[in-house]
Amino acid sequence: MKARIFVTLKPGVLDPQGKAIQHALAGLGFGGVNDVRAGRLIELDLADGTDEAEIDAMCRQLLANTVIENYRVEILG
Amino acid sequence: MKSAVIVFPGSNCDRDLAMAFEAVGGSKPEMVWHRETELPEGLDLIGVPGGFSYGDYLRSGAMAARSPVMQAVAEAAARGTFVLGVCNGFQVLTEAGLLPGALMRNAGTHFVCRDVALTVENSQSAFTSRYAAGERITIPVAHHDGNYVADGATLDRLEGEGRVAFRYGEAVNGSARAIAGILNDGGNVLGMMPHPERAIDTVHGGTDGRRLFEGLAESLMARA
Repeated sequence: MKARIFVTLKPGVLDPQGKAIQHALAGLGFGGVNDVRAGRLIELDLADGTDEAEIDAMCRQLLANTVIENYRVEILG
Repeated sequence: MKSAVIVFPGSNCDRDLAMAFEAVGGSKPEMVWHRETELPEGLDLIGVPGGFSYGDYLRSGAMAARSPVMQAVAEAAARGTFVLGVCNGFQVLTEAGLLPGALMRNAGTHFVCRDVALTVENSQSAFTSRYAAGERITIPVAHHDGNYVADGATLDRLEGEGRVAFRYGEAVNGSARAIAGILNDGGNVLGMMPHPERAIDTVHGGTDGRRLFEGLAESLMARA
């Protein structure tokens, strides 16, 4: 089974990388980009039947820093 | 004074920190590789050095914080052993949960490498006893992820309990409340982004960092 973990900065946490991307898009002439938030996608190839609680523990213990980041798990089956 | 410096793959200030410990403590620290599960017996002080441990993969300090030796460091800190984390070492200590908050990408997105002005906010700790409260000192920084972030309640608690050890005296990286270094609640763990070990000898261009190590050595020898 596969799982995708989307790690994103919590709302309100300044994202300098997102701001730089926003400026670069503006520099390329793309208008109307109000904000950019950059995150991280982590794909896990897991033993079939891996418990969702275990995946959640992986996120909390390592994949995301919950002081500044949120995470969302998508199981691909 | 018996000390150790932890070495991760990608640490690059470990020898500088060891030289600083030796200069004031009189004996060479043990260099402890990240795979060790136990620390040498009877340590007074553990250094977590700067650098780019594990290539800053995932987040700065994230992999190092989960390495085997950090469990032993956390246990030693809980028993009252002093721990100094500098730069990447500060990032490792926050990732390991020994200090609150997190260090994010500098607000200006650039790597900042220069001398900066700091103010000593708390001169009561073992780390800062040789400074005067409110004193302005100059210490170099060299980091990309030094932007200290914590929620408002945590910041208020740090300030209220006198756990902000150093504050930037100028704009550096966007840190919340200009925080440059913080103490744990026991006062035996200090994490700071500036590099005091790079300012202990006149050939470094400044010696304002030296008193941090002298104060520490004095406190630790008084305890022994």
